[in-house]
Amino acid sequence: MSAESIAVETPPAETAGHAGHRSGERRALVSVNDLKKYFPIRGGLLNRTIANVQAVDGISFEVKRGETLGIVGESGCGKSTTARLLMRLIEPDSGDVIIDGKRVGADGMSLRGMRRQMQMVFQDSFASLNPRLTIEDTIAFGPMVHGVPQAEARTRARDLLAKVGLDPNLFIRRYPHELSGGQRQRINIARALALEPKIVLLDEAVSALDKSVEAQVLNLLMDLKRDFELTYIFISHDLHVVHYVSDRVLVMYLGQVVEIGPVDEIYASPRHPYTQALLSAMPSMDPDNRAEKPPLAGDPPNPINPPSGCRFHTRCPFAEDLCSKRSPTLELVDAAAGQFAACHMTSPGSGHSKAPQKRATA
Amino acid sequence: MNTPIAEANIDVAQVAVQSRGYWTTVLQRLRRDRVTLFFGSVVLAIILVAIFAPLLAPHDPYHASMIKRLKPVGTEGHLLGTDETGRDMLSRLIYGARLSLFMGIMPVINALVIGGALGIIAGFVGGRTNMIIMRAMDVFYAFPSVLLAIAISGALGAGIFNAIISLTLVFIPPLARVSESVTTQVRNLDYVDAARASGARALTIIRVHVLSNVLGAIFIYSTSLISVSIILASGLSFLGLGTKPPEPEWGLMLNTLRQAIYVNPVLAALPGVMIFITSLSFNLVSDGLRSAMDIKV
Repeated sequence: MSAESIAVETPPAETAGHAGHRSGERRALVSVNDLKKYFPIRGGLLNRTIANVQAVDGISFEVKRGETLGIVGESGCGKSTTARLLMRLIEPDSGDVIIDGKRVGADGMSLRGMRRQMQMVFQDSFASLNPRLTIEDTIAFGPMVHGVPQAEARTRARDLLAKVGLDPNLFIRRYPHELSGGQRQRINIARALALEPKIVLLDEAVSALDKSVEAQVLNLLMDLKRDFELTYIFISHDLHVVHYVSDRVLVMYLGQVVEIGPVDEIYASPRHPYTQALLSAMPSMDPDNRAEKPPLAGDPPNPINPPSGCRFHTRCPFAEDLCSKRSPTLELVDAAAGQFAACHMTSPGSGHSKAPQKRATA
Repeated sequence: MNTPIAEANIDVAQVAVQSRGYWTTVLQRLRRDRVTLFFGSVVLAIILVAIFAPLLAPHDPYHASMIKRLKPVGTEGHLLGTDETGRDMLSRLIYGARLSLFMGIMPVINALVIGGALGIIAGFVGGRTNMIIMRAMDVFYAFPSVLLAIAISGALGAGIFNAIISLTLVFIPPLARVSESVTTQVRNLDYVDAARASGARALTIIRVHVLSNVLGAIFIYSTSLISVSIILASGLSFLGLGTKPPEPEWGLMLNTLRQAIYVNPVLAALPGVMIFITSLSFNLVSDGLRSAMDIKV
């Protein structure tokens, strides 16, 4: 009786899932809830914590299966800390990471299990390869850690090397210092893929490469994504590159998410003044269209003592009294596209003079 | 996954290109360094002499003769003369290499194992563990090494075994400190993070990724300590805190021949010359190794 009821119940759920898949409303593969990391600054006689660097301050986002989420922001805004928190190279102070419905941590998915699902490619292609190991040993290390026999791990290393466009016979016994930057980054990508992850975190993975090599590696990343059905979290400060690879973009400012949404919507109509300033700082290909004045003045404020209220109010051209008092929350600004922004100007009834009027009916 | 679709053409007949590894390169660089090669062979010769002492020594090093005391260098039958009780100097110097080398190298090996392990643990774990280990090392650092060796030896009493213990304790803090600082540098590199991100356990990461990049520096440093250790061990014996007479040991020989310095100064200086040559050779070999291993990649 009960078995029958299960059999009846399951198919509709599945079809609903398929329908959702088609409409783009795919289930989140990674969801991050209120992730926080403060780095304490110790000082004084008793070495007490005297201040905190609020590197990542309560960020939440979702990454859908098969998409590429771009994360952009100025240097020091917490992009890399976010990546390291996701990878648990740094322990978060609070907040959850849920992968494929399972919470990463003591009661849900183990760290080892999480690391089979998610891998990372680092920015510095040289520092991220052990100078004493051959390419073969570097790539085979991960699988061997997870119990794959040595011979099989080495075969996998050869296959992956071919997959990232390097001749296994030429490269398998080489050492990192004998390779160029682009080749090393290909090795790093192969190493990340050796554990057959679903999600790959690319932390400024192409930023250190020169432009022509960068383009090749980006195309390689796109091919690998298609072949291995990967999901990317792509961290970069290069807005052009993010536009090229991402499906959705997340904009960070001083450890917080200020705007998130589909890449075309954000690049066409940014809602948050910081995103607007960031995008207008993008060099244009048209010389007639050059920027005459800097879109933003000054440096980002110190994350040790971030501004009250909205963190951007010190540099925002539209700042009002309200902005320094109350911090805005991430709210839906374009329901059709799924674009969210954290700004009083887009929040109806916030009290900001430019805010839209609160509608009587929802 | 199992289909190597290659943009690069894979020629099946082609053998994988073999690169020169780090140690092969180091050896090749050493082969070109004549000074290091020369002093390396001196060290090797001294070690061989120590091992084959019974075959090489012309006389029994303990055999005294009252009529043949303090014969000068070049005496018939006694190439390097005889000491204050008429024992053959050459034989005693040959046998002395055994004890002097043993007392020079053993403490460094012990300290390498203990201090290296402590330093690598402190550097890799960091935080509170690092603080406890390194502050404990700093306590030893507060005393000059010679003073510390004499104090510990004095407290434990004379004897080879106690001298080795005291010298080991003297060398643990500097080795721990060097290991800690190189490990701290390595552990902050991205490839250690990448290894952690692959889910490897701490011990596996230390074995595969840390040791291979840290041992070289620690090993070099410890070879430079051997020369210090030989001198300190001789010093302890000279003060009567190491080996006891009639054992042939260079430091002790230097002490007993002290009275003969006005009668036969060349003879009295011979053990000192041996200590000097040995420790200088170890030092220069260590320098050569250091520069050979310092490959900027």
